[in-house]
Amino acid sequence: MDRKRLDCDILIIGGGPAGLAAASSAAKNGRSVSIIDDNPNPGGQIWRGESSKSSIPQAAALLNKVKDLGVDFIGGARVFDQPEDHLLLAESLNDVLELQYSKLIIATGARERFLPFPGWTLPNVMGAGGLQALVKSGMPIDGKLVIIAGSGPLLLAVASYLYKHDAKIVLIAEQTSRSNLLKFGLGLIGQPDKILQAIDIKKQLFGVPYKTNCWPVSAHGHGKLESVKLKQDDRTFEIDCDYLACGFHLIPNLELPALLGCETDDGVVKTDQFQQTSVPDIYCAGESTAIGGLDLSLVEGEIAGYAATGNEQQAEHLFNSRQKHRKFADLLNRTFELRDELKALPDQSTIVCRCEDVTFDRLRQYNEWRAAKLHTRCGMGPCQGRICGPAVEFFLGWKPESVRPPIFPARLDNLIRVATASAEVDTVTR
Amino acid sequence: MTFDVAIIGAGIVGAACALECAREGMSVAVIEAREIGGGATAAGMGHIVVMDDSEAQFALTRYSQNLWIELSKEMPADCEYEACGTIWVAADEEEMAEVHRKQEYYSKRKVPTEVLDARQLQEAEPNLRKGMSGGLRVLNDSVIYSPCAARYLMERAQKRGAKLIHGRVEELKRDGAKLSDGSFISAGLVVNAAGSWSPLLTPGIDVKKRKGHLVITDRYPEFVRHQLVELGYLKSAHSLTSDSVAFNVQPRKTGQLLIGSSRQYGVEDSKVENLMLSKMLDRAIEYMPKLAGLSAIRSWTGFRAATPDKLPLIGPCPEHENLYLATGHEGLGITTSLATAKLLIDQILKRPSAIPVEPYLPSRVKQEAVHA
Amino acid sequence: MRETVSLAVNGIPVTVPQGAMVSAAVAIAGFIGFRRSVTGQPRGPLCGMGICFECRVTIDGQPHRKSCQIPCSNGMDVRTDG
Repeated sequence: MDRKRLDCDILIIGGGPAGLAAASSAAKNGRSVSIIDDNPNPGGQIWRGESSKSSIPQAAALLNKVKDLGVDFIGGARVFDQPEDHLLLAESLNDVLELQYSKLIIATGARERFLPFPGWTLPNVMGAGGLQALVKSGMPIDGKLVIIAGSGPLLLAVASYLYKHDAKIVLIAEQTSRSNLLKFGLGLIGQPDKILQAIDIKKQLFGVPYKTNCWPVSAHGHGKLESVKLKQDDRTFEIDCDYLACGFHLIPNLELPALLGCETDDGVVKTDQFQQTSVPDIYCAGESTAIGGLDLSLVEGEIAGYAATGNEQQAEHLFNSRQKHRKFADLLNRTFELRDELKALPDQSTIVCRCEDVTFDRLRQYNEWRAAKLHTRCGMGPCQGRICGPAVEFFLGWKPESVRPPIFPARLDNLIRVATASAEVDTVTR
Repeated sequence: MTFDVAIIGAGIVGAACALECAREGMSVAVIEAREIGGGATAAGMGHIVVMDDSEAQFALTRYSQNLWIELSKEMPADCEYEACGTIWVAADEEEMAEVHRKQEYYSKRKVPTEVLDARQLQEAEPNLRKGMSGGLRVLNDSVIYSPCAARYLMERAQKRGAKLIHGRVEELKRDGAKLSDGSFISAGLVVNAAGSWSPLLTPGIDVKKRKGHLVITDRYPEFVRHQLVELGYLKSAHSLTSDSVAFNVQPRKTGQLLIGSSRQYGVEDSKVENLMLSKMLDRAIEYMPKLAGLSAIRSWTGFRAATPDKLPLIGPCPEHENLYLATGHEGLGITTSLATAKLLIDQILKRPSAIPVEPYLPSRVKQEAVHA
Repeated sequence: MRETVSLAVNGIPVTVPQGAMVSAAVAIAGFIGFRRSVTGQPRGPLCGMGICFECRVTIDGQPHRKSCQIPCSNGMDVRTDG
């Protein structure tokens, strides 16, 4: 492993829309700006695979701008520890990077929330965003029968993407109610661009059944997925398919801000009006501060980039726009709130922790996380509870525990700091 | 109601004591502030090893190991008992001399061992660095998943009527324990089995916190086959006060590797310290270079309850009527928990024990102080 | 013409477009189970973004590599265990 050291004024963790927007406003002032992301290319989940020649004008423009401003992009590297203030460690395939910064902007985005149900561990049951990401990474989907299920606007975006790639979308199943969706539509009045987006997607998906009040209750197959049982109102029905793409809206990635000591509130990072966290010199923008979609991420990123480079005035100009998008975010999260019936999804033998294969009935013998972890190893595998944690919180109400380094599994020798020689430690004893 | 005995702490020692007391028909309350086996029991490596730092340490560890071997026949699978054996690794000829000394000591006392030469060691553990001189394999040593073992002991105690009470003990009285919520658990006898917290409840006992770091990897079955411990301590000034690290790796039944170890005094903060972790892993990689490329999934720390003579405190507490101690087990709490419980109940019932109890009596520390 | 990369999945030669991830190569080679869970169940990718660790495979002898985040390269030897 090679060790590389990087000093920069502004370090941005995450190269999605929020991170890119932050980079563009920070770099305008001649500061050295670096973005680090665990994916090989910038764009985040929503613009995965897009380039400066993208057919999405917003993506192309921002990617171009960041390139022109000389922002350094470090791909394929994942931050796993903060050995001291203003210093992060990241791991890539062949290197360990020491990243020294003056100001840090966290834009680590969100991940899908998964809810375990019988059969969800079968191969070819995936996240909605998960299947989309895999197809973007080169997995063929043409001619495959796909059911898209769960909750949130992501389902439609994924459906539209897969449809364009010649998947046969059998059904889109949204757990929220039709009346919630109608209220959502009414709430969009005054935001014509969002209504147009919705109409556009709807047009593209002409002929694909879209059911509300509907969710998967079990997946079936031998060694891989063959069919899915879904429930709508009081009716249960079974459909054959090749893939089930299922995610229940999004949850913020809070592991890094938690490691750095940033305060959180109700599952999101707390920030002030300049997107600054409770920790000096650390800002946060995008889905980690609230699940709010692309536009809110962009404006928060821009504000953070200005604020981190001392341009409060320019940041203030964006406050109104942010306020408008926050209203949308509130509406979004209310609309796609999970219904209580979903708490009945897992049966006794449903695996909740996929790393350690811990079943729901084993977890239910405990009444809090730590004891359950200790005695069942739930959440103790390599994903460190990122998948089962939110599910357990929804099913059982257990709040996540504190995080410890490494926040992602790392090569053992990357946990070793080089500058240790001076310290007085006996090398051996029992 | 009044319990016959209130045990403070549901770590592996407290749980083992609860089972022995319940077995004898006593009414038992176990008071635990957090979860069963959540302290040093969970933080440690979970080994069941015979040790020879002193005759007393040997007697206690061997007695207890035999109890574990019996118990392992009925333990549930999640306790992950694995009789993998220990290899004491000799890096050079000086350490090889220690291998022979140890072998002689153990064989005189009928502990099965095998001396491995350089080639045999390499065959037994191909991932150790080349050029080691050999090692001593101790066949009956084992590892265990301690939190589940503690829970198993506790469940068996509960089946015999023991009560697990969730609460934080504020003060020990001669007739019971006062909890922080104001309630009082009334008991004829009180056993302080609170590990590194025990001196907070019984001020004056010489038990100090000794911090340790550990790292666990993803699953690499067969990468390591035995618990491996270095003999390199021979060359360092083996001090009771300074910070130190040593090569100590365990194969878990899951295929994961547990990597230790470090020792620090005088540190209260439980956070993972980069410096200690680095030193510890440096040492591990020095012995086993291929560890460097494995995926580490978690690191953590814990506090051992250490005594000056490296022996636990088991028995009545001088000057405190009705109070017994079962604490100070340092890094051997899992190993010696079962024997501790036997020695404790023997003393409570005033009957003879399988091994002499004197070396572990809390009163020994005071006597030594007088003679010193 | 787009550039391609050739590699082997469980000994089966596969050619994928430059930039494709190992997860895509595994799927193209026709394998659905990527790994065995700790109780022996076959598992495949879930999150597609390097968080769930379900897509782990052995790459060039190194186990536990996340196939969804590692781009294919020429001559790679990929092994699944599903």
